[in-house]
Amino acid sequence: MTGDAGLVIEGLHKSFGRKPVLRGIDLAVEPHQVVCLIGASGSGKSTLLRCVNLLEPIDAGRITLGGEDITRRGVRVNAVRRRVGIVFQSYNLFPHMPVLRNVTLGPVKALGRSRAEARDEAMALLERFGLADRARDYPDRLSGGQQQRVAIIRALAMRPELLLLDEITSALDPELVADVLEMIRDLAEGGMTMVIATHEMGFARDIAHRVCFLDEGQILEEGAPERIFTAPQEARTRRFLQRVVDAGRMDGGRGGT
Amino acid sequence: MADPVPPHDHGFRRSRILAGAGGRWTAALTSSLIALASTAVVVGLLVWLIPKSKGFEEVKATFFDRAQFRDSFDGIGEAFKTNIKLFMVVEAIVLVLALVIAVMRSLPGPVFFPVRALAVIYADVFRGIPTILLILLLGFGVPALQVEGIPSDEMFWGGVALVLVYSAYVSEVYRAGIDSVHPSQDAAARSLGLGRFRSLRHVVLPQAVRRVIPPLLNDFIGLQKDTALVFQLGVVEALNQASIDASATFNYTPYLVTTVFFLAITIPMTRLTDWLIARDRRRRQAGGAIA
Repeated sequence: MTGDAGLVIEGLHKSFGRKPVLRGIDLAVEPHQVVCLIGASGSGKSTLLRCVNLLEPIDAGRITLGGEDITRRGVRVNAVRRRVGIVFQSYNLFPHMPVLRNVTLGPVKALGRSRAEARDEAMALLERFGLADRARDYPDRLSGGQQQRVAIIRALAMRPELLLLDEITSALDPELVADVLEMIRDLAEGGMTMVIATHEMGFARDIAHRVCFLDEGQILEEGAPERIFTAPQEARTRRFLQRVVDAGRMDGGRGGT
Repeated sequence: MADPVPPHDHGFRRSRILAGAGGRWTAALTSSLIALASTAVVVGLLVWLIPKSKGFEEVKATFFDRAQFRDSFDGIGEAFKTNIKLFMVVEAIVLVLALVIAVMRSLPGPVFFPVRALAVIYADVFRGIPTILLILLLGFGVPALQVEGIPSDEMFWGGVALVLVYSAYVSEVYRAGIDSVHPSQDAAARSLGLGRFRSLRHVVLPQAVRRVIPPLLNDFIGLQKDTALVFQLGVVEALNQASIDASATFNYTPYLVTTVFFLAITIPMTRLTDWLIARDRRRRQAGGAIA
């Protein structure tokens, strides 16, 4: 039997056509835990996150959230997605709406909250992350870092049980990365349950309770960040980390590559 | 801005360089003079050549009769109101119906196959029938059935035919707009727990419709003109009025009057469309800085 809280993934398989992308993923994330997924591009990190949000149908296996099987037949997909926030690499803000409406759209249209309540809560979140003065601007007036922070706030406004972050700093200029990572640190300290796919190894080491190394659709190695980063057991993990060090992405993730 | 010359106006900048510093007005004046001279040459040639043609005097008398123009102006103007009314009603219905068809066609998955198929068949059939033919079929055919409760008004059935044809065209315009919105926008909306239709309504369609406004207007210019086709059903609109006047006097000037009325509404619409397209292009070239 699975745990009665948090996220539990069991035996997850997923192929795109004939190409297997996920080959038997088992992963458990307890409430308030932060798990970082590392691994080369194409190792299946993004697909795994999209499966948890039910944006991709799975081929086999089971995903449980808060004790409820969310991959069973006839599950109410929209109801599940309201509990799971996801932030994408390319922000995907709605360009035809000002920042504030980007944030309130979900609470008003999906959760049925009143406009006033949603607006107050959105303004409080924007205030907290230093974006209140941009509430009336359209997304393309904002820097990439600001857009990504708005995208995170948009997900937070749904008060999700679980937040999935899909390489949210990969599209940003290096000097804009720090603000976004600072925000995630803030959320981690506040106890937000998160699964983070990232290339920022320093950041992963800082923030994660657990690090999983994905390789060809499997979790090859997982454990506490100190152990994965200082004493990896698998040769492939060592090789991957060596390449990352060579690329100069091993620092504290505070924006200085 | 430090530079008073818009950076995208390369031709203009070059001519300023040629004219030297402070030659901005000289350059503008030069281009105006060149445009004026070439226009004068073209118009002059036409004015000089056309009257030399053999049938000119006759054409002038039958198509450009001043008195006839004045006499038929009011009557055709009155009849033209019918065209405008028809156009307004048909356009309003087309805007909605075409959107419904486009949405039907964009629904994914095997469940919606019949809906998609219906939309495809509709678009194929009604884009394939000549408008005038459909107007004749419906306008003469349906009232002849003499079914009770079904209107027998020719204008009504002419309008229906126009709605059917133009909805098919406009649904394709909408569909192109829907397809142009990146799937990640829908994914972002769905990931917030919005259902398929809410995502469509609040995220996809607003962006899609904004992008296709110029081609939509283009189709409506066509619709404005095609309201004249219902004259085949005997509806007294501008073209029909002109032909009544013409056959009463054996003078074709009323057709000129009708032409003037149509141009009076289609040209402003055409200019507006071109202006919107140009503005759209400028914005995109500005690197998408302005949405």
